[in-house]
Amino acid sequence: MTQLTPVLSAHWDEKDSFTISAYKRHGGYTAVKKALAMEPDAVIQTVKDAGLRGRGGAGFPTGMKWGFIPQGDNKDHYLVVNADESEPGTCKDTPLMMANPHVLIEGIVIASYAIRANYAFIYIRGEVVHVVRRLQQAIADAYAQGLLGKNIQGSGFDLELVLHVGAGAYICGEETALLDSLEGFRGQPRLRPPFPAIAGLYAKPTVVNNVESIASVPSIINNGPEWFSAMGTEKSKGYTLYSLSGHVANPGQFEAPLGITLRELLTLGGGIRQGHQLKFWTPGGSSTPLFTQDHLDVPLDYEGVSAAGSMLGTKALQIFDETTCVVRAVLRWTEFYKHESCGKCTPCREGTWWLVQILRDLEAGKGTAADLDKLLDVVDNIMGRSFCALADGAASPIISSLKHFREEYMQHLALGACPFDPVASTLFATAGA
Amino acid sequence: MAFHSDQMAIMDSIIARYPRKRSAIMPLLHYVQSVYGYVTSDGIEIIAEKLDLATAEVTAVSTFYTQYKPEPVGEYHVGVCTNTLCAVMGGDAIFAAVKEHLGIENDGVTEDGKISIEHIECNAACDYAPVVMVNWEFYDNQTVQSVIDLIDGATAGNPPAPTRGPNTLRTWKENSAVLAGLSDGLAHEGLAAGEPSLLGLRISQSAGGNS
Repeated sequence: MTQLTPVLSAHWDEKDSFTISAYKRHGGYTAVKKALAMEPDAVIQTVKDAGLRGRGGAGFPTGMKWGFIPQGDNKDHYLVVNADESEPGTCKDTPLMMANPHVLIEGIVIASYAIRANYAFIYIRGEVVHVVRRLQQAIADAYAQGLLGKNIQGSGFDLELVLHVGAGAYICGEETALLDSLEGFRGQPRLRPPFPAIAGLYAKPTVVNNVESIASVPSIINNGPEWFSAMGTEKSKGYTLYSLSGHVANPGQFEAPLGITLRELLTLGGGIRQGHQLKFWTPGGSSTPLFTQDHLDVPLDYEGVSAAGSMLGTKALQIFDETTCVVRAVLRWTEFYKHESCGKCTPCREGTWWLVQILRDLEAGKGTAADLDKLLDVVDNIMGRSFCALADGAASPIISSLKHFREEYMQHLALGACPFDPVASTLFATAGA
Repeated sequence: MAFHSDQMAIMDSIIARYPRKRSAIMPLLHYVQSVYGYVTSDGIEIIAEKLDLATAEVTAVSTFYTQYKPEPVGEYHVGVCTNTLCAVMGGDAIFAAVKEHLGIENDGVTEDGKISIEHIECNAACDYAPVVMVNWEFYDNQTVQSVIDLIDGATAGNPPAPTRGPNTLRTWKENSAVLAGLSDGLAHEGLAAGEPSLLGLRISQSAGGNS
């Protein structure tokens, strides 16, 4: 059995874990002192050696991303933290920032120093006001103690940190849409290249990193890259947050080395809710192809999940039992993608709309077998044809559900209605209902 | 209605946070909502004037984001998560019950202006499903009855406290000010973490700290 490794969450059970005094009590802000005494390139090398990969979904090596920032170019550089956690099922950065905002701030100072940025931003979604409060207070306290602002800890390094609050747009979690939004425009993705490392915020070299990625940096600086890379698997190093939700006995957050399996996490969490069986699950949010009970032993690292036909994504394990209609689940996700499509690219804007029309009919039992092929045809015409991956995400649940549950779509057609009772899948239903 | 000089000073302080002033458009829109409760044409005009933009450019941004409201919402804006996981686990039943209880539809406001409702997308609290947000504060692990009670309490001016949030529920306008970056001094209130957030930690601790 894989052992859990609470690092970021180690002190969340203390009532004041979000305060600067609690963070310092547990060794907080010692990594920044250490980093500021190093050469910036040595900090980048340390993060490269640790093998840290982006925790926001794509898994790109964090140190390499930092290394792409041109140096000696006499341009302003920016660090932007993507705290726009909105991928359905994803719920790790929000509790992290609520319970320990200072580990993020410490990581921001270190990362900004490494890429020679004197201005950093946290772009947080606007629908989590208490997390906004916690970050506001944490930033104010860090300034008051000389951990942000001019000449941090006497190092000569200056950093301004601004908390920027979004306003309800899933697409702003896409890094170039996020940058447009931060510049004061509608949040629509940009064509790449150029990548943000060359032309990001205000067309200046910019690193965009996920909250958890940046929050992992202080532990790497303090404990060394070997400590970090000793956890995890060959190409997926370190610990990470797994979020278990849905029809399980105990939903919640688990910090574990990369490569733990759903079977292990379910064993730790008490299994599927009593009297029920696992039907389907997402390994990393709704944009990652669905898995079934055949995938319980897939190692949940970047390579393992990929080899099994899905993506590790945000490690958002949404669990659905046999009471759940997969067509209803996929329709609802598709409605989400249609609603959140920014409208910039025609295939996504029009395609997601048509997918919803077809799926609504299918869910109501009003479609025909030809509609299933039409779904796949539309999907084929929107995947990879837009500036960003939103439409690709919309395709994932549709393709994977047709692969694993085509028979269930056919049942809707045969019956002329949905064969499931939605009450049975609610938490209010008694076990065995 | 014009903005007072102290309100103008607040807007200037928001603009001063950024290297380029156009970046202040989103917090300024949150600020306008903290004053009026929604994005008014007055608000659009003052932002355009301060940022040297056309009003159409400000409107274009305002209408892109769902948290900016073109019409007044209630003092308590209730968002029921109906994305797949919450919907399946009870969000659909909760939203149907809320609509029936209040006699209003999605995006509707009660006649007394106390409550408005909206079905919302995933709010990053799936381990607390079904989730309801009021003025963007967390109400975790909800049932049909708990949400009806919440709404009735809010209507009577006595809403229950958020599950993970301040000790008392603030109004829509008050929370909009926080989103604009104006501290209300309540960061220390409420839990550090709810039980689901602590699940892995607790299991690790009960295994002797080296699980």
